[in-house]
Amino acid sequence: MAHQIYEAIADGILGGGVYALMAAGLTLIFGVLDIINVAQGILVIVGGYLSYVLSVHLHIDLFLGLLITIPAMFVLGLVIHTTVIRPLRGAERTSMSLLACFAVAIILEGVLYWIFGANNITLKASYVNASFKVAGFYISDIYVYCFILAVVLVAAIYGLLYRTTFGRGVRATMQDPIAARLIGIDINRVAALTFGIGVAVTAAGGMAYGATSGGFNPNSGYDLISRLLAIIILGGLGSIGGALAAAVFMITVESLVDIWSPNWAIVVFYAALVIVLTVRPAGLFGRRAVRAQ
Amino acid sequence: MRPVRSRRYKNARFLSLTVTAVAAAVLAAGCSSSGSSSATGSSSTGSGSKPPLVIGASLSLTGDFSADGQAYEKGYEFWADQVNAQGGILGRKVELKILNDNSSPTQVATNYQTLINADHVALTFGPFSSLLTAPAAAVAHRYGYAFVEGAGGATSVFAQKLNNVFDVSLPVANELDPFTTWIASLPASQRPTTAAYPMANDPFATPQVQRAQSTLQALGIKTVYSNIFPEEVADYKAPADDVAASKAQAVVLGSTDVPTVSSFMTAFEQQHYNPKIFIAAAGPDQGSAFTSAVGVKNADGMMVPDAWYPGSSNSLSKAMVQAYVAKYGGPASAINADIAEAYSVGEVVDQAVTHLGAVDNTKLISYLHSGVTFQSVQGPVRFNSLGENLVATAYIFQWQNGNFVQVLPAGDPGSVKILYPKPSWGS
Repeated sequence: MAHQIYEAIADGILGGGVYALMAAGLTLIFGVLDIINVAQGILVIVGGYLSYVLSVHLHIDLFLGLLITIPAMFVLGLVIHTTVIRPLRGAERTSMSLLACFAVAIILEGVLYWIFGANNITLKASYVNASFKVAGFYISDIYVYCFILAVVLVAAIYGLLYRTTFGRGVRATMQDPIAARLIGIDINRVAALTFGIGVAVTAAGGMAYGATSGGFNPNSGYDLISRLLAIIILGGLGSIGGALAAAVFMITVESLVDIWSPNWAIVVFYAALVIVLTVRPAGLFGRRAVRAQ
Repeated sequence: MRPVRSRRYKNARFLSLTVTAVAAAVLAAGCSSSGSSSATGSSSTGSGSKPPLVIGASLSLTGDFSADGQAYEKGYEFWADQVNAQGGILGRKVELKILNDNSSPTQVATNYQTLINADHVALTFGPFSSLLTAPAAAVAHRYGYAFVEGAGGATSVFAQKLNNVFDVSLPVANELDPFTTWIASLPASQRPTTAAYPMANDPFATPQVQRAQSTLQALGIKTVYSNIFPEEVADYKAPADDVAASKAQAVVLGSTDVPTVSSFMTAFEQQHYNPKIFIAAAGPDQGSAFTSAVGVKNADGMMVPDAWYPGSSNSLSKAMVQAYVAKYGGPASAINADIAEAYSVGEVVDQAVTHLGAVDNTKLISYLHSGVTFQSVQGPVRFNSLGENLVATAYIFQWQNGNFVQVLPAGDPGSVKILYPKPSWGS
């Protein structure tokens, strides 16, 4: 039993990295734009399909392919922001953005069905099925790589936010958009670039999901979005590091409960969210804390 | 205030344009088949003046069952093409009206209400999956429609005791019987000593695995893992790792689709765990959709129960496979079993309506209950009082060197030698 518990903890930590890759963009976008991007799930799947196309048709390695898919998703993010998000203004902006993002999700899902059909696909590479032995149990290579990628990307986003002029603009906009505008920050530009970056990070999430799940099709985004929302709420809306910490925490809890009852594991996943929010209503790294940094 | 109002007006206008664009895009792209779709077979002699025979069905063209739902759509449409090429039914060209239920048990009920009350279809065909068949059959029953289907074989469907349900396929609960019979036939020294039973929380998957579990336990095979896991989750690594940790010699997986099986196979390989026997309720029967997901080498030795496979010696099946390959191309082995199930639905309705000489749902229900045997690409079909196909034969199939072959029942003329124990992953 102890062996299974250690293995579940390892699975939870590494699996949390995969979910952090998928959730990072969602929480970044919320932090700056006050928008819950419910299209995040389908954007993860778009990222997965881009990796699939590069891998199968151009024989480009999944991780190397990110050099192409991340910029491509960044452009897609800019297009979505310019055509759908930016025109929304006024008091109803946040609620309208939910509808608009849902519309984006439906359109993208339809386009993916049209191009790829409904059959499930998987991302393949030599390291996807490989593993190595540590302390008596096997750790899969792909999960380790994805966890490292998650840490690197989270660090990169932190670097961008706290070590660059653009980052100062983003943080100023997060704290007070009106004051940011008054001191000369082009908040429309900041919002567009942030949305683009948030979607770009999702390319890595899509690749990680495609390589670690049993398969995905255009509908798979709906299985993800509720979990991603739970993760960013627990981590603290707007906190990138919080998303990583929350993903690791929740997937670990789920893996541990799964040893006794897989059916209860998914319930405990959300129960953990409720319990933590009761103690810390702003999540593990709530917005106030983030803005105080 | 005017500029504000003007801006609000522009925003509202933009939103309405967005919504319109979404509706147009959905209709054009994702749900291109969710409206009505007509069979496209060549017109037939004598059918010109008669109105088309409109048959309604709800299918999961999007959502969790979309892969199977779209395969079913192809099966229904292929059957309509074939039957129209032969002159239609009673000289009437068959026209299919297919609505998309997005894999939702609520939407499927609404769709059949629409098909019957608004579209006034003459006949109804069933949806995909037992989960959706149960509520859909209840709607059809309310309006006295015969409900012939091919993917609603779970106990929960027949437990409703509706007189209008007729499942042309094999009852789900018995699907693994040839497998357990084969295990029982093995000398004790060759039988697996331990078994694991992970099951998706689905009316299709759970009953057959639980039945197999009780049979194998009675044979003295120790259960080392038995758990039901939720179906709609993003991945199955955790339960798969638990099964691997149990080191069971046999794994009987209650799966409903390719990703579930693929996820377990990947996790097993990562854990360097290779059971002697690995049989899944569904997934390996999906032809190239399965092998492309797991790889041809890893597929070796994987088993699945079913009532049909592309290499079937059934003459109707041979003709269908030949026509299908001629129309769509590709190897016969790539044909999805869902195609044959959907096709069988059409065949049985065609034979019954042709015999009756009229399209009358009350008479159709009585006739289908009369004990007459129909012929389909899946083999003979005869219904009991609950609508189960009494004469369907359960087979077990296995992937061997890239070929999907029948291995059980042992001694059946179509069966080849079973690959046991399963080769190691990737060998």
